[in-house]
Amino acid sequence: MMSEKIVFCKGGGCTAKLGSGVLSRVLEKLPKGPLDEKLMVGYDSRDDAAVYRISNDTAIVQTLDFFPPMVDDPYTFGKIAAANALSDIYAMGGEVKTALNIVCFPENMDLNILGEIMRGGSEKVIEAGGILAGGHSIADSDVKYGLSVMGVIHPDRVLTNNNGHPGDKLILTKKLGVGIICTANRVGEASAEAMEEAIASMTTLNKYAAEICRKYDVHACTDVTGFSFLGHLHEMLDGRLACQIESAKVPVIEEAHHHADEFLLTAAGQRNRNHVGSHVTFKDISFSMEEILFDPQTSGGLLMAAAADEAEKLEAELRSAGMPARIVGTLTEKNDTEREIVVY
Amino acid sequence: MLKLVDAMGDACPIPVVKTKNAIKELDGAGVVETLVDNEIAVQNLTKMAQQKKYGVRSEKLGENQYRVIMTIGEAEGEADSSAVDLPDDAPVCIPDARKRSTVVVISSSCMGTGNDELGAVLMKGFIYALSQQEELPTTILFYNGGAKLTCEDAPTLEDLKSLEAQGVEILTCGTCLNHYGLTDKLQVGGVTNMYVIAEKMTQAGLIVKP
Repeated sequence: MMSEKIVFCKGGGCTAKLGSGVLSRVLEKLPKGPLDEKLMVGYDSRDDAAVYRISNDTAIVQTLDFFPPMVDDPYTFGKIAAANALSDIYAMGGEVKTALNIVCFPENMDLNILGEIMRGGSEKVIEAGGILAGGHSIADSDVKYGLSVMGVIHPDRVLTNNNGHPGDKLILTKKLGVGIICTANRVGEASAEAMEEAIASMTTLNKYAAEICRKYDVHACTDVTGFSFLGHLHEMLDGRLACQIESAKVPVIEEAHHHADEFLLTAAGQRNRNHVGSHVTFKDISFSMEEILFDPQTSGGLLMAAAADEAEKLEAELRSAGMPARIVGTLTEKNDTEREIVVY
Repeated sequence: MLKLVDAMGDACPIPVVKTKNAIKELDGAGVVETLVDNEIAVQNLTKMAQQKKYGVRSEKLGENQYRVIMTIGEAEGEADSSAVDLPDDAPVCIPDARKRSTVVVISSSCMGTGNDELGAVLMKGFIYALSQQEELPTTILFYNGGAKLTCEDAPTLEDLKSLEAQGVEILTCGTCLNHYGLTDKLQVGGVTNMYVIAEKMTQAGLIVKP
């Protein structure tokens, strides 16, 4: 049984994402068709999902996400993959409507495993208030699972990732470190408690955070996934803003510090460092904290830029709903004398 | 004592885990050589060695084959010189080649003064020759007239992209791009500011200014 488990889990989740550096070089060269002004968000903006306006009061939000397993249990993996895929709809401020399964599965593997994965996935789609409407499966050498999700949103309420204002407070709704914890777990170093905490975090839908955030003056929102906290923050700044991050406030699964100090790090984490490291100044930050800030997150939390006068109330409401949310920093005007992200 | 670790085909963090085990087995001073098949693994191993203050160097043995050599204990710090015998013609790995932290500063689209047409030809030749060097610079900074060389239609683009692909950081001054109306035309590398330019130059081991 043990050997089967290792085959099932080869270090997946968002750590399996291609680096955004490599990716943008390819994307920039793609031919672009005629412009359609109804496409409100496309990948020109490097946002979480595509948004297309179909009438004056409705836009559809479209996204897909799938990856290899990062945990041993297929049912848990299904829940995490679905929560992760659904998250992009919430990051845009949308409401989930339909979802389609995306499955890659080895022909000779026990089909009960696939059943468990898809059971986990369906449960999350139902929890999200959506309908699982179909899917597509491919025989492949390794297991991969995820969803293509469609949601709706009012065109005036689209929450892009790059509309933050100087002075806004940055709020992060989940703890960082799940990538490092899963990596440590893969080599048998993570404690059962830390792994449990990581799994609980990864299977939590960002739905609840998004519902609360809708009641406040939030200018920009994204979800923190494979490109790490700093990578997604960099996209949020959009070459136009800068920010100050207070590292002591950033919520972290405590044990991740220990494993980072033991160098149980992913390749994706190092790629994130290569890609955004030159935009970041660390002021007296420990090695482990740097690594946690570059750690690829699977099904990570929402990162929002909220109006300064409402941020504390928003933080309090998220916390009273049971989330480890924290105000972690402040957006500022970009200036030429400092790097865009300062972590102190 | 020398320990060999084969981490070819292993995904991070396995190369680090295997190397740590080998260091533990050394039980004192010695050298651990780890073979890996990708540069990110080289970087993660190097990061560990630097945190642990081990001597470390690395080299590219061939396509998808790298060797990272760590020196632990007494011989610490000597790894940069001759802790391990290597054939002189061993191709040098990219992270190692960049270690001397050479920064090339390009402040004009021409090389030298006298005739600008000739200067442009010389600059194109210089960038090409730079891309063929065995030891590549860590960073190339472009400012003022130099900013034109990283933008659309510049004759230097191909060579700069090749340098970037080999891991050289290419940075162009944002104020300059803006001044010349080239902000949307940048084709290679990233945009930077005076803070970073000053930092790169003051921290460089060697500045090359053609």
